[in-house]
Amino acid sequence: MIKENSVGRMRRRKGSNEVPADAGQANGKQFLVNDQNKYKSMLIRANSSMWMIGGFIFVVYMGHLYIWAMVVIIQIFMAKELFGLLRKANEDKQLPGFKHLNWHFFFTATLFVYGRILSQRLVNTVTTDKLLYKIVANLIKYHMVTCYFLYIAGFVWFILSLKKKMYKYQFGQYAWTHMILIVVFTQSSFTVANIFEGIFWFLLPASLIVINDIAAYIFGFFFGKTPLIKLSPKKTWEGFIGASVTTIISAFLLANFLGRFQWLTCPRKDLSTGWLQCDPGPLFTPETFALPGWLPEWFPWTEIHVLPVQWHALALGLFASIIAPFGGFFASGFKRAFKIKDFGDSIPGHGGMTDRMDCQMVMAVFAYIYHQSFIVAQSVSVGMIFDQIVMNLSYKEQRALYAKLGQIIGDKKYGES
Amino acid sequence: MNAKLMEKSFQSPRSPSTTRSRHRRKSTEAFSDVVKVSDNNLLLNDQNKYRSMWVRTYSSVWMLLFFILVVYLGHIYLWGMIVIIQILMTSELFNLLRRAHEAKQLPGFRLLNWHFFFTAMLYVYGRILGQQITHAVTPEKFFYKLATSFMKYQMVICYFLYIAGFMWFILTLKKKMYKYQFSQYAWTHMILIVVFAQSSFTAANIFEGIFWFLLPASLIAINDVAAYFFGFFFGKTPLIKISPRKTWEGFIGASVTTVIAAFFLANVLGHYRWMTCPRRDFSTGWLECDPGPLFKPEIFELPREITQVLPWKEMLVLPVQWHALCLGLFASVIAPFGGFFASGFKRAFKIKDFGGSIPGHGGFTDRMDCQMVMAVFAYIYHQSFVIPQYYPVEILLEQILRSLSLEDQELLVSKLNEVIDGRHLTH
Repeated sequence: MIKENSVGRMRRRKGSNEVPADAGQANGKQFLVNDQNKYKSMLIRANSSMWMIGGFIFVVYMGHLYIWAMVVIIQIFMAKELFGLLRKANEDKQLPGFKHLNWHFFFTATLFVYGRILSQRLVNTVTTDKLLYKIVANLIKYHMVTCYFLYIAGFVWFILSLKKKMYKYQFGQYAWTHMILIVVFTQSSFTVANIFEGIFWFLLPASLIVINDIAAYIFGFFFGKTPLIKLSPKKTWEGFIGASVTTIISAFLLANFLGRFQWLTCPRKDLSTGWLQCDPGPLFTPETFALPGWLPEWFPWTEIHVLPVQWHALALGLFASIIAPFGGFFASGFKRAFKIKDFGDSIPGHGGMTDRMDCQMVMAVFAYIYHQSFIVAQSVSVGMIFDQIVMNLSYKEQRALYAKLGQIIGDKKYGES
Repeated sequence: MNAKLMEKSFQSPRSPSTTRSRHRRKSTEAFSDVVKVSDNNLLLNDQNKYRSMWVRTYSSVWMLLFFILVVYLGHIYLWGMIVIIQILMTSELFNLLRRAHEAKQLPGFRLLNWHFFFTAMLYVYGRILGQQITHAVTPEKFFYKLATSFMKYQMVICYFLYIAGFMWFILTLKKKMYKYQFSQYAWTHMILIVVFAQSSFTAANIFEGIFWFLLPASLIAINDVAAYFFGFFFGKTPLIKISPRKTWEGFIGASVTTVIAAFFLANVLGHYRWMTCPRRDFSTGWLECDPGPLFKPEIFELPREITQVLPWKEMLVLPVQWHALCLGLFASVIAPFGGFFASGFKRAFKIKDFGGSIPGHGGFTDRMDCQMVMAVFAYIYHQSFVIPQYYPVEILLEQILRSLSLEDQELLVSKLNEVIDGRHLTH
């Protein structure tokens, strides 16, 4: 009955074996502190964690395009689990081909989301070849229409496949498909957008979630006594607070460590896979921070070198420790509501991909929004727009643009003086 | 059954508009009857059809007049009307799958729905509202600073409002109510996405020029009216099992009518500046602009088969009329699937109508089902085919102003200067 669980998931995994009703009991038995077998399971979990972390580091080393591929693969696994979750075998037999509708919408969503995010970078990759550039430019121009018509085709297909007495099941499945795709694709599209801004903005948030989980496990292991929330009865306040402090401190230090590598901090402007060189910008240039005067005299350092990005990392750490766990609570509540043990079983002893990704999803969205709002991301440069103008507009139109822009700038300057 | 119908129309003069007549009959009959595809159901054989038709025409006229008034008043008022319709639709849909028994045990849960609605409003319309305040108020005032910082951090603010709702939801989960609460949560999301996607596209269309809102909406109405009349006089072959009152004769007649009407209506509407000029700010006064090549008449030579029969050799065509043909095609062939979807949905969940705000009709969602599908298509069509072909300068200009700082813009101007002057010399 010892399951192979990763260290990070310890807090929840014990629940999988027990009947959910027991999980509500608030006596001392289910806390990790009192579990006799905990040392054995911990070693097994540490073993599988190592493998996963090792694999992950390898992909990060390979680069942006490979990380993107990894995200897409994880997405496919998650979608497969979730599509299958509320499907009923009996109804499915009466509706041949209905399953394929899900994958049609999945394909449309993939085309839409990644087309938008990567279109500029795709253009940059093919600028050297005139013919390819023309093809790509046309695809991008009609990207929205193509995706829309694919969606409408699915919509019409759905309506034409409606079968008497199956209406409720079919509409339920349709809504469920939409919810899944929205949840899965929003967070993965934000993740991919982050990756191409610089692996740092993907790696740091993801690591913080893992650190938070591991720290919460360890603190709960040694000190856990007071239950945190009824939804997840194995979580404790001691684990929560200990993990929060650990996460914030490690966010500060980890940002310093990661910020030194250009491989992680440089944005990828196209879809190449080679080495990356860039000017890291003021965010990753060390500044001296004078330590406050109330530190004791024997303290050897009076000032430390801080990358400005480390202050931003504190905000990410705060979010990762306080709000991201709610993603886990949501998943727990959801499983309880629909009486499911796990979302899937692709990872033995764990459940499925979705079980691992629940907190990561909430964090990825926050990281993207934080980055867009506070780390001003100038993904559009003068050179790129200039190229677009020269290649897409006729001479007459270029003159018109030049005249209008000149006038607007002139008005602004005149208005300010 | 006929006598009952007659009584009903005397007692409660139903005012369903002509456009909805094809659905409305169902409301008085027992549900199972509707499924029977017998001769009794088709409009062709209904004895009272003439009387109901007059009642419907009467209410249609009122709605049409009101709508014309709002169009006359302008873009901002149209937008206001869209927002009000949105609120009414959302209200209906929120109430739809709520169960009174569970709702009593969860006080404050209804408030959560409206919190998400408010967040969606802020996200979708926040930018527009912020811009309006910055235009209306001088830079020193407090509201100006508030509006500019709001627009800068709009995404973060809306995100945190959403996260607050998310956390609130999780903290209010109550044992034994989990399934109900999660279903309500998913239902809320689906409603807001459906309602807000199409209304934000509609609002965007309005500010590109009332033409791009009025033409698609009118085509849906024309399609409905034409389908009703063709079904009235010629309907015999049923179209689809979900909506048994629809007929192939109605469908085909309406399609032809809609496409032809699109061609001519585009010509009529395209002559008015009020319709064709985009509104770049939020004033409400009169509008002047150069409508662009899309709305300038061109001479189109009629093919030989027609010139032999008719006295005209050529006619004046606005280029936009060709685009209107596409809109008409979509409105007649694909937009009705929005209506089928709504019918199937109501049947799946055994609901008669989405709401009861319009007596005899049901609710706002019943009226808007096809309009929603059309609005999204009109927006996407406009963005993909009209703007790039006719307004390429505007897109790039907008992108420049949005993404580049002032210094970068000046740098761009100087670079363009070199290119243009260089070319100019060689010409």
